[in-house]
Amino acid sequence: ARQCDLLCPQNYPLYIRSVPTENELKFHYTVHTSLDVVDEKISAMGKALVDQRELYLGLLYPTEDYKVYGYVTNSKVKFVMVVDSSNTALRDNEIRSMFRKLHNSYTDIMCNPFYNPGDRIHSRAFDTMVNSMMMQVC
Amino acid sequence: ITEVCGAKRVGYFGPAQFYIALKLIAAAQSGFPVRIESIKNELPLPRFMALKNDTEVRYGTPAEFHGVKFQVPHATLEKNSYKRTDEGDKQEPKSPLMSPICSPPASPSTYQRIPLSYGYGKARSGLEQQHGAPYEVKHSTHQQDGPSSGNYGAKSALTCSTPSRSLSVEREQQDSSTQYSDDPWRITEEQRDYYINQFRSLQPDLSAFISGSVAKNFFTKSKLPIPELSHIWELSDVDCDGALTLPEFCAAFHLVVARKNGYQLPETLPETLLPEYLQAVCLKPTRDCALFDSYSEPLPSSQQTRDCSRTEKSSAEEVPDNSALLQDGKKDDKQAVKVSTTLKTIPKEFQHLTVKAAAQEPYALRARPRSRSYSSTSIEDAMKKGEEPPTPPPRPQKSHSRASSLDLNKIFQQNTQAVRSGWLPPPPPALPPRPSVSQTEQPSEVELHPQMNRTPLQAEENSSAKKEVVLAQPPSKPARRKLRTEAQGLETPELSPTINVTSSLPAVKPHLPVQKQSSKQKKAIQTAIRKNKEANAVLARLNSELQQQLKEVHKERIALETQLEQLRPVTVL
Repeated sequence: ARQCDLLCPQNYPLYIRSVPTENELKFHYTVHTSLDVVDEKISAMGKALVDQRELYLGLLYPTEDYKVYGYVTNSKVKFVMVVDSSNTALRDNEIRSMFRKLHNSYTDIMCNPFYNPGDRIHSRAFDTMVNSMMMQVC
Repeated sequence: ITEVCGAKRVGYFGPAQFYIALKLIAAAQSGFPVRIESIKNELPLPRFMALKNDTEVRYGTPAEFHGVKFQVPHATLEKNSYKRTDEGDKQEPKSPLMSPICSPPASPSTYQRIPLSYGYGKARSGLEQQHGAPYEVKHSTHQQDGPSSGNYGAKSALTCSTPSRSLSVEREQQDSSTQYSDDPWRITEEQRDYYINQFRSLQPDLSAFISGSVAKNFFTKSKLPIPELSHIWELSDVDCDGALTLPEFCAAFHLVVARKNGYQLPETLPETLLPEYLQAVCLKPTRDCALFDSYSEPLPSSQQTRDCSRTEKSSAEEVPDNSALLQDGKKDDKQAVKVSTTLKTIPKEFQHLTVKAAAQEPYALRARPRSRSYSSTSIEDAMKKGEEPPTPPPRPQKSHSRASSLDLNKIFQQNTQAVRSGWLPPPPPALPPRPSVSQTEQPSEVELHPQMNRTPLQAEENSSAKKEVVLAQPPSKPARRKLRTEAQGLETPELSPTINVTSSLPAVKPHLPVQKQSSKQKKAIQTAIRKNKEANAVLARLNSELQQQLKEVHKERIALETQLEQLRPVTVL
């Protein structure tokens, strides 16, 4: 079970996708609570140096059932991913690569002049990408 | 058929009427008269030009609509300025069927049918049938039988019933026009021209991009909802750069047109709308346009351009305009400067069109006499309600030799401006011309093995020097020499054969007087074209050979690396 969230700088969600779709509320709640951790990490790294590594926030916090990973872009758009703890095969590198893919797709969406930043994301290409990614892991 | 199956009487096509109509069509196509009794025959399934999206969805039975047997009479349209009534007649047998087929959402104003008419014959007739308004002069007559036969008689010698006649006529046209199919995602010539002109109105340089915001404003005028426009953009901006190149723009525009006429947007970009496809097929005229646009002055030798205009055919270009522009002035010497300046603006993508130029020349002359008035202000009104009809663009100029200019383009993009001063057949890419070829060649071929890469380059230099000096030289000679040296350079590091070659080279060189001044420019350019093409071929071969070498080296490297891994002491965690 996983969930993938895209949140804007004002911390409202731009995109939420869960696989499988039950327990979605729980995931939403988890993501919301993890935002605090994200903010904490962002403020902690006050350097001007923007690096791919620093974009990736890593394991935000592990709970009893699942782990939460975070990633923030240069424009303070946050990606949060919630993964089952039972999924031990999921390595850090894979998470990083998934975030990278998310980031790339997100930039593609931004290139679309009809997309206003802050809108919910309805792009079908983005959907398919996220779906394939999530399927791949589960 | 409509009458016979009863639809006219009841005023609609119910299942019964529809099935009967299909049967009657099959009958007519098989040559049987259109009567109720015919449907009792064992008939093959009627053949239709299927609109893949709609028909597959809507019709499982009874008739299967297979691919492309009918051809929409586009060629007819274009050749006859839409004045022919037989088009309307041809559509007639299909139009009753099309009314259920065509998606309803198209609004019933005339302007929206116009883009369809350019693209989709069936859909157009269907819409007309739906809305019941005669479209233009050509569709004024809707009789199926008697009058149509007269019209058809002019076109073909058939005496069969209308549908079969239309079928054979369309087959004729099918032979003559290779591009036209029922595929709604295929852009026809008129549409393409229209898109190109729209592009030009937004961005005069056809080779550059339309930025996102400009495109957004433009497409917003089409009054489609934003999510749909967003999806269209997603589909058409293949490289996701936030800007639209010409093929991307054509694809986007085409999708807008399709959507406005009721077609559902596809999930992925259809193959015929891919930028590569569009560039290959559609952009001959635009390339010329690009060349023309970047030229502010008249073109070089009219004769040459006339040749090019003949060979290059694109359906849109109108010859009278070309000749008018041609006569504006023939400044041969300026050609060099212009060519080099314009080449910078032409993106690299246009280059591989040189290869396709040869292929496309055969059917180039196909649809030449378009007496259509392109202006079609109705179209512009149609597309953008209330938007000012764009002024007719300057007629795209059949510039001078497209092939040579593009070859130059490829070359100049890598070379420096130094070559610009004397416009001679340019050296092959990646190498500036070197005068002392013979000397350099010999030592290089001495150290052949370690410098295997350089030798082919030297060979290129040879050819380039050759090309530079001689225009009238028979093209086979330098190519041959070049091939020989290159082959030797790549395969055997022996010196003797190469030395023979090199010795022959200086001998040849003195033969090459400075003919460039004396030869006619046109001939020179044609020779240059040939040589460049050959150079291209040779270089392509070279490239593939080098690639193979590269692969082998890679393999070696990988093997070595694995060995290293094995030999390295295992680190204990």
